[in-house]
Amino acid sequence: MRVTALVTRIIKQLIRDKRTLGLLILAPILVLTMLHLVFNGGDYKPKIGLVNIPEPLAQQFASEGAQLFYYDDADEAQQDMEKLQLDGYIALQEAKPHLTLEGSDPVKNGAVLKWLQQSLAPLTQATSSLPNLQADITYQHGSADMSQFDYFGPVLLGFFVFFFVFLIAGVSFLRERTTGTLERLLSSPLRRWEIVVGYVLGFGIFATLQATVISAYAIYVLGMLMEGQFIYLLFTILALAFTALSVGILLSTFASNELQMMQFIPVVVVPQVFFSGLFNLETISQWLSWIAPFTPLYYAANALRSIMVRGSGWEAIYLDLLILLGFSLIMIVLNIWALRKYRKI
Amino acid sequence: MTSIISARGVSKHFASQQVLHDIDLEVRSGEILGLLGPSGAGKSTLVKQFAGLEVPSSGQNVVMGHKMPSLHVMQQIGYMAQADALYSELTAKENLDFFAALYKLSKKQRRRRIAEVLAIVNLQEHANKLVSSYSGGMKRRLSLAAALLHEPELLILDEPTVGIDPVLRKQIWQTFHDLKQAGKTIIVTTHVMDEAEKCDRLGMIRDGKLIALGTPNALLQQTETASIEEAFLAYGGA
Repeated sequence: MRVTALVTRIIKQLIRDKRTLGLLILAPILVLTMLHLVFNGGDYKPKIGLVNIPEPLAQQFASEGAQLFYYDDADEAQQDMEKLQLDGYIALQEAKPHLTLEGSDPVKNGAVLKWLQQSLAPLTQATSSLPNLQADITYQHGSADMSQFDYFGPVLLGFFVFFFVFLIAGVSFLRERTTGTLERLLSSPLRRWEIVVGYVLGFGIFATLQATVISAYAIYVLGMLMEGQFIYLLFTILALAFTALSVGILLSTFASNELQMMQFIPVVVVPQVFFSGLFNLETISQWLSWIAPFTPLYYAANALRSIMVRGSGWEAIYLDLLILLGFSLIMIVLNIWALRKYRKI
Repeated sequence: MTSIISARGVSKHFASQQVLHDIDLEVRSGEILGLLGPSGAGKSTLVKQFAGLEVPSSGQNVVMGHKMPSLHVMQQIGYMAQADALYSELTAKENLDFFAALYKLSKKQRRRRIAEVLAIVNLQEHANKLVSSYSGGMKRRLSLAAALLHEPELLILDEPTVGIDPVLRKQIWQTFHDLKQAGKTIIVTTHVMDEAEKCDRLGMIRDGKLIALGTPNALLQQTETASIEEAFLAYGGA
């Protein structure tokens, strides 16, 4: 009953604090929408100059996928490229096409090279006697039109839930300490575990709400790739939210004001992104990669990708979820122990 | 008269700083005991130990026959800290309702007690206002109300009348005397000398030591002074 009182109080407080509630739900929606627009914008069309390319070859360079400009003189093309009006130009050197790239933006370089490869492919086919080398491609998961957003999406979904729940739960608990209400609670016969459980449940309710709204928005409004069952996704996000909740409350013990709580963000929250699968873990320096199994987001991102991209079910994610719940449990026990600092029993 | 609190050889130090020095104190059941001393003297640390929030480095505090901290005893203590521990996003009534639930008061008891304590501190008209709109004095009164909710046998009040105007302060002291009539024990810390005179007994604390203990009159006679302030200086200077 005392836990219920604590839970009701937290709910009332958060409902009154409209701005924090908005941050919890609207901020992730805003950022996800922006990322969606950023990553799903049209493909970049490289601007390419053609210098004195003979007609048959020029026809091979499909104008599709690139903006082409024709030059008679390589120097003119060079000048335009230096003025950043071209990303590169092609001129013939000893009867072979030679590409000069402006080169300062890897994304543009990639786009030019991809375009060049595509336009030259039929050419090599025609001039060589080899059979068609272009293989048929089957995607076991995903598809050719899977966008970057679809791949990042699951990780970002997890990240935002972790970030906002961590911050809000941590700051709330911190305030309880700095305003003296924690001492007030501890002067009553309330047990230490009742405080921690009350907090986890109270914020757990908002975390559930947040997880449901954000996931539904990402999938049904933004059209994020979703092959699996929504319910599995919800379980995963919730398990992650509980971890964020308990980590936030625990770390708030080591902060003496809100600013110090913010200081945990670059130390505790942001580095998790590196191990969440956005970057290939196999290529991360070994000095760093051992950290991955200690970051909750690593497991959450793994489970989320299994569900959303591969359409996997329970059997693929239960281990990740168990580990996440294990994380929360350890943090909750540590929290109860940390409260000993304020009352011995 | 029986003792409700026995502090036996209580010392406390934080890191290298000694806050309490070997304090022996018996608080009698049904009295109003004032603890007088400048800020930083160790009054708050001592009463926090009585409330079960701190433990002594050596010695022990026995409250109602139990060594503190004891959750069983804490159910019968009303503690009011120096800081107003209130939730500003909630109304006064919601605050009280929450604190009452911590002491496992039933719904019916809660409703009755909330009305009673609000009347004691004269906040009935402001019961449904958010605490964030309260003035400093109103918050202080609401904190006091919260400490009274569960009809505790022992009230431990850390500077309860700071920021409260003289008229209301008089009313609140009247409340303390009413509670005493009802058999409750009250410990009040203060650094206001005229308040000290209203206590049954007075303990003077300075630099973590209990330098004097007795009825206000006895303290005045012993030091042959005319006011508590002079008496305090006489003990402190000796």
